[in-house]
Amino acid sequence: MLEIKDIHSYYGKSHVLEGVSLKVGEGELVTLLGRNGAGKTTTLKSIMGLVDTPAGSIELNGQSLLGQPPFRIARQGVALVPEHRGIFSILSVEENLQIAVRAGSRWQMADIYRWFPRLEERRRNRGNALSGGEQQMLAIARALLNDPRILLLDEPTEGLAPVIVDEIVKILKAIREEGLSVLLVEQNLRVCEAVADRHYILEQGHIVYTASADDFRDDPGVRDRYLALSA
Amino acid sequence: MLNVYLFQILNGLGLGMIYFLISVGLTLIFGLLNFVNFAHGAFFLVGSYLCYTLVSLTGNFWLALIAGPLLVALLAWALERSLIQRIYHLPHTFQILVTLGIALIIQELSIMIWGPVGKSIPTPEALQGVVRIGNFAYPYYRLFLIGFSALVAVVLWLLLERTRFGALVRAGSESTEMVSLLGSNIFRLFSITFALGVGLAGLAGVLSAPLRGAHPFIGPEVLGLAFVVVVIGGMGSFTGALVAGLIVGVVQSLMTSLWPQGASLMIYAAMAVVILLRPHGLFGRA
Ligand SMILES: Nc1ncnc2c1ncn2[C@@H]1O[C@H](COP(=O)(O)OP(=O)(O)O)[C@@H](O)[C@H]1O
Ligand SMILES: [Mg+2]
Repeated sequence: MLEIKDIHSYYGKSHVLEGVSLKVGEGELVTLLGRNGAGKTTTLKSIMGLVDTPAGSIELNGQSLLGQPPFRIARQGVALVPEHRGIFSILSVEENLQIAVRAGSRWQMADIYRWFPRLEERRRNRGNALSGGEQQMLAIARALLNDPRILLLDEPTEGLAPVIVDEIVKILKAIREEGLSVLLVEQNLRVCEAVADRHYILEQGHIVYTASADDFRDDPGVRDRYLALSA
Repeated sequence: MLNVYLFQILNGLGLGMIYFLISVGLTLIFGLLNFVNFAHGAFFLVGSYLCYTLVSLTGNFWLALIAGPLLVALLAWALERSLIQRIYHLPHTFQILVTLGIALIIQELSIMIWGPVGKSIPTPEALQGVVRIGNFAYPYYRLFLIGFSALVAVVLWLLLERTRFGALVRAGSESTEMVSLLGSNIFRLFSITFALGVGLAGLAGVLSAPLRGAHPFIGPEVLGLAFVVVVIGGMGSFTGALVAGLIVGVVQSLMTSLWPQGASLMIYAAMAVVILLRPHGLFGRA
């Protein structure tokens, strides 16, 4: 599915990813954990071609993504839900969805409205009239319309109330059921443990730990070592 | 006496619609591409001259009305693909420098092709004469101009507000990066929008040709007025371009019978007042 090998990414001269490698298998939900500033967002941006990544390789089902413009990477089946969600505030909810619709996508508007009835109720509202939770749902729904092979989610529960976080967890589980691969960046460990198959931990631009969900759960020391005082 | 004012107000509406067509293109291009096009007035000029040439060759104004703007849009598209596309990422001052250069080249080329003296274009036969209502008479062509521009405005509004293309243009004016992330070819969207915006300036040039003729030095004046309209209406706003275009057109037209020397002064004064009270224009977003 998605395979990243030894990528180095830069913002101008500052070297942020110093050799990151990771894999997401078909239908797998993998998390990328780490403290603030570790390079999680940068990893997702590198996959989408949004930052300068002169070294390493990024492949989706054996096809190289490196060096392509973001819209081509999206068309090949990679959808990013960015940290800031990227909802268009002057477009209605429906328009936000419509511009992402792709002919032949496995998910169409009707499916989306069935999954997210709240969005159908709010379809005539402008993007900036939505609550944080609704915006996050819209962002995920929009990504699904784009017919992804893999979904990249950047801190989807950040800043949301606990009940809404539970909603997002339900959605993540449903997405897994659909067999879609997911790479999830998340600070909320409870969410990660509820949904993930595997975990990676990133620290200062390096992958420092990787384990299955079970091994991670049985090793509380890892948390203290790499994730304590995060957020 | 009242009829004189009615006459001037109608003239102002026609002028205002021309200003709208010019400035809505400018504001559309600025809104999506964040690009300052100082060659906009020069494309108006090309529209007027194409109208002259096409009418001279074929005698058919309707052909000029359709082909003129399309040719201008085609020229804009070619220019965007070859040159403009490369300078989007540069600061506005560089964009101004480059487009000012393009404007001068267009102006000098028009002088080489059509000569330094302006050309006049006959009113299309079907629209000659005047409409009479009681003792009030008004030229057909000017009425046609108002009606046709209004139709274009409606179609353009529907395009921007009711189609996927329009939603993409509006979305792109908020974040081009997010539009790309959703799989849309942002470069193609840029080319089409640039050609559309410039084509509208060309259309304005064609429409005003039977009234004002074609002149090689009109570009800077047109550009200046378009910027005034965009500043009053608000950058990137369709409604702003329409309302401000009409206000500027009507004020200018009324002033010519009240105080001709003060016409320009009034308009720039109005712009100054708007900037002071509403820095983002009447319909602009912060
Ligand atoms: N646009 C940028 N320009 C320069 N440096 C950046 C930029 N974005 C992030 N960084 C730096 O890159 C490092 C990794 O950031 P990021 O990937 O956002 O971390 P995380 O998502 O794990 O919190 C940080 O040191 C941050 O300061
Ligand atoms: Mg981050």
